[in-house]
Amino acid sequence: MFSWDLLIGALVFGLLLGCFYAAVSIGLSVSFGLLDVPHIAHPSFLVMGGYATWWLGGYGWDPILAGLFLAPVFFVLGVVMYRIYYATFERHGSDTGLRGLAFFFGIAFIIEVCLILAFGVDQRLVEAVYIGKSIDFTDDLRIPMRLLVAFAAALLLTIGLTLYLGKTYMGRAIKAVAQDQIALSLMGADPVRVKQWAFGIATAVTAIAGALLIIIGPVDPQLGRIYIGRTFCVVVLAGLGSMSGTLVAGLILGVTETIVLTFFGASWAPAVAFGLLLVMLGVRPQGLFGR
Amino acid sequence: MKDTSTKSITRRKFVAAAGAVSASAALPSTAWAQGAPIKIGLSIAQTGGLGAGGKAALLGQQMWRDDVNARGGILGRKVELIVYDDQSSPATTPGIYTKLLDVDKVDLLIAPYGTNPTAPIMPLVKQRGLLLMGNFSFEVNDRIQHDMWFNNSPWNDSVTWFTGFMELGMKRGAKTIAFLYADAEFSQSLATGAKNLAKHNGLTTLYDQKYPPNTTEFSSMIRSIKATKPDIVFVASYPGESVAIVRAVNEIGIGSSVKLFGGGMVGLQFAPIMESLGSQLNGIVNYNSYVPEKTLDFPGLKDFLARYAVKAKAEKVDPLGFYLPPFNYAIGQMLEAAIIATKGLDQKALAKYMRETEHKTIVGPIKFQRSGEWANARVLMVQFTGIKDKDIEQFRQPGKQVILSPAPYKSGELRFPFEKARN
Amino acid sequence: MSGKMSGKMSGNMNASAGSMGGNNRIFVIGCVGVLLAAIALMAGVKIDYVFNASFVVLQFVVLASAWNILGGYAGYVNFGTSAFFAMGGYSALFMIKAFNAPLLVQILVAACVAGLLGLGVGLISLRLRGIFFSIATVAVAIILETVILNTEYFGGAKGLQMMRPEPMAPFESYDKMLFFVMILMAITAVAISRYIERSWIGRGLRAIKDNEEAAECVGVPTLKLKLIATVVSGALMGAAGAPLVMYMRFIEPVSAFSLNYSVSALAMPIIGGTSSWIGPVIGALLLGSVQQIVTVTISSELNVLIVGVLLVFFVVVAPDGILGLVRKLRAKGGTSGAAGSAKGGAK
Repeated sequence: MFSWDLLIGALVFGLLLGCFYAAVSIGLSVSFGLLDVPHIAHPSFLVMGGYATWWLGGYGWDPILAGLFLAPVFFVLGVVMYRIYYATFERHGSDTGLRGLAFFFGIAFIIEVCLILAFGVDQRLVEAVYIGKSIDFTDDLRIPMRLLVAFAAALLLTIGLTLYLGKTYMGRAIKAVAQDQIALSLMGADPVRVKQWAFGIATAVTAIAGALLIIIGPVDPQLGRIYIGRTFCVVVLAGLGSMSGTLVAGLILGVTETIVLTFFGASWAPAVAFGLLLVMLGVRPQGLFGR
Repeated sequence: MKDTSTKSITRRKFVAAAGAVSASAALPSTAWAQGAPIKIGLSIAQTGGLGAGGKAALLGQQMWRDDVNARGGILGRKVELIVYDDQSSPATTPGIYTKLLDVDKVDLLIAPYGTNPTAPIMPLVKQRGLLLMGNFSFEVNDRIQHDMWFNNSPWNDSVTWFTGFMELGMKRGAKTIAFLYADAEFSQSLATGAKNLAKHNGLTTLYDQKYPPNTTEFSSMIRSIKATKPDIVFVASYPGESVAIVRAVNEIGIGSSVKLFGGGMVGLQFAPIMESLGSQLNGIVNYNSYVPEKTLDFPGLKDFLARYAVKAKAEKVDPLGFYLPPFNYAIGQMLEAAIIATKGLDQKALAKYMRETEHKTIVGPIKFQRSGEWANARVLMVQFTGIKDKDIEQFRQPGKQVILSPAPYKSGELRFPFEKARN
Repeated sequence: MSGKMSGKMSGNMNASAGSMGGNNRIFVIGCVGVLLAAIALMAGVKIDYVFNASFVVLQFVVLASAWNILGGYAGYVNFGTSAFFAMGGYSALFMIKAFNAPLLVQILVAACVAGLLGLGVGLISLRLRGIFFSIATVAVAIILETVILNTEYFGGAKGLQMMRPEPMAPFESYDKMLFFVMILMAITAVAISRYIERSWIGRGLRAIKDNEEAAECVGVPTLKLKLIATVVSGALMGAAGAPLVMYMRFIEPVSAFSLNYSVSALAMPIIGGTSSWIGPVIGALLLGSVQQIVTVTISSELNVLIVGVLLVFFVVVAPDGILGLVRKLRAKGGTSGAAGSAKGGAK
């Protein structure tokens, strides 16, 4: 059932979806990619952002606006999280691998249950002017506005973060801390403060991504489990800590998923995305844009 | 060393003994005892994917229990429900039902809500020769063929389900069909049966896509369906996906060829989803078990729903409660009648009564066929009509969910093509 | 685990290698004791539920012990326990459907299949370390689940129901038989995990955990060791999954590949303590029992919450698990080794 029409459609939707994947992964790209924090709970924060957006939506807030409003709240949350993580693990420089992973795994579960207790197990969705409508290019190519919104937001996030990391003092410090902590502390900056700031930024970005998550589709407390795979896939594919790489990796994942889905059947889509990851890990573990 | 191993025995024994004591305290002997409550055991999802429906369903059963006990119980004995949460998972139900039987010593069993959690229980009850009242599962007795299984859901198999839907399309000259369904137990069974039946009736399948559970983005699939220009689109999906599919159809469009869209979408019967989708539902033809049309009413049903609405508000579960709660109340009614008629709790006698009697319930008379499903299936095919946004109360009025099939309950004509019926 | 060695254990990786004849004897007697206790329990208790629930707890003893061989000793964190477990279950299903094989054969085949899968994962670990290895195991789990979902022979998404055959001779009920099989498996798994911990394999794995490059430089055969660990760990997990079909009388992919197995298999050793074979056993008995009790008492949202809270609590407050806590207490309380050794021997 191949047709050029379908291929073009698949590519377009894959690109849009890919940008969305990049947006939900970019926070992880900072926290895990740059800071080496094994942040398995990242998708849970994403879902939490989605729920917070839904909750504000109940008071008539626009989802994007809600996401922007939530960003500073999540920033504080991220800073607190990092303080705990630092005090417990990094300060001692001990076996952070296993315990760090377990710590965030536990946090992910706690968030999930708290969401269930607070909001129940029902799926939640938000309403906004750009949800449920589309922009019609031709009768055959109508593009949902929610995908376009996610696309634009993802681009803005990526560009913003790239600029921030490249042009500002704090941004450069964050990049430096990822490469050489000792050199940074010799320059007079406190690596811990830099990292906690960066983790805050990563979490703030995740709040906005959470708003995008609920714009794209319904959210339920256990949705995070699915996104563990997708977000880590994107970050690893990108090469740790590369912002533009994250965008490209998201696009690759999105396009691959849609093409497989359109031409080979949707039931194989998740396996192919992970297959891609496995191949990548085997052939080039440092990722496409690895340092 | 010897010392410690005895320690571990004592601890284990203690657990076992504690269970035995509590069971015997509650029920002096398994024989008939005047005044001891009749214990009915079940697990029902209160968390996980089926949790939302499970909570509403449980309320229906609890209302029956309260009604019975207010009347003084059955044969002078109060009714007690022993309920556990199975987390929507079949992994927990074998343990729960073993406990219900061995430790709680329940007299009667009701199946978990849903097909998957029920599946492991079927071999268990067959092997132990027990009566099991089903709760909205689908073709779960196909393989096991237990003759003491009686399901409350108003369908029996994929044939009767799909026939009503398909005929609506074929009467309007449909020749082609597209299938979109979730790769999960209920939707897969339904779609498999539907595909065979479609082939048998000379419909050409243009598109056949199963998608993994929890897919959230359907734009590409809807686009592919649109490209094949089918007359009928049959969808079998779970709540989250149903929402995403309706949205995607609304955005992408499904094309002017489509006369009939829907069929097996779970979730479009749940009040919170209906409320949030609002006008996007218009035109969709989907299955249901009850809608408040004038052509469909049974003694006691309106009264039940009115009382349910009050309780649901307090319990924060589905405020409409059309889909599951009345049928869960009906489980209780059937058990009650069977116990009274057979004057006891003998499983074989109860099953015989269940098999041979036409039961009077608030969801109408029920007669079972050999497989333990309804002999006369009543899968309503309902078209959403004139739905407005953000209004839950509108669904209580007739005319919003028009019954197209089966014929005796028909309350309106199919509006088609689909794109036109949406406005 | 006697008081004599535990004092030196912390920090000193070679301490536990001092496995004395007496220690082994205590362990064997302990195993026999547990087995006798189990037989006495089966003779004395009629309620099947006791065995049904104990089966699940024991299943977690196997999974946690198996996980710990790779995760605890070698420091390779496997997030894909469910993949091994489910492959065991589906191998058993295949043996039932194709050959109507008895339970023992099902278990052996399941162990072989999962062991092969372990070999594959071991090869992955050639290139990947730390979190990358963990993510790769998640990927393996999801890919396998998708394959099973799309295989009609195994019932696909709908799953397959199975009638249990009659229990074999000495057993009155199938639940009792499964319980007995699982307790044998648990003892085997614990013995293997204990043996590995105390042999050259364990020493090598700990060297890998400390510093893989350094270990390689001083001539530790890291590849061979890692492959042994992944194969043994995988095979044990697969064996634990084999009775699943008959336990549930049903198998379907979503619950067989459930993330809960992966999380529990990781949480239990961490809560118990990863440095020694007894840690996973303590963790599994504790957490497994709590989960069983919670399922049939209070709301099950708490079930997940308990795992999460305990995990975070132990990781933050008691990094070496219950084992570490006990050790700390003992170090403070001086040489009260006698009571401790009796406790340790009970398992």
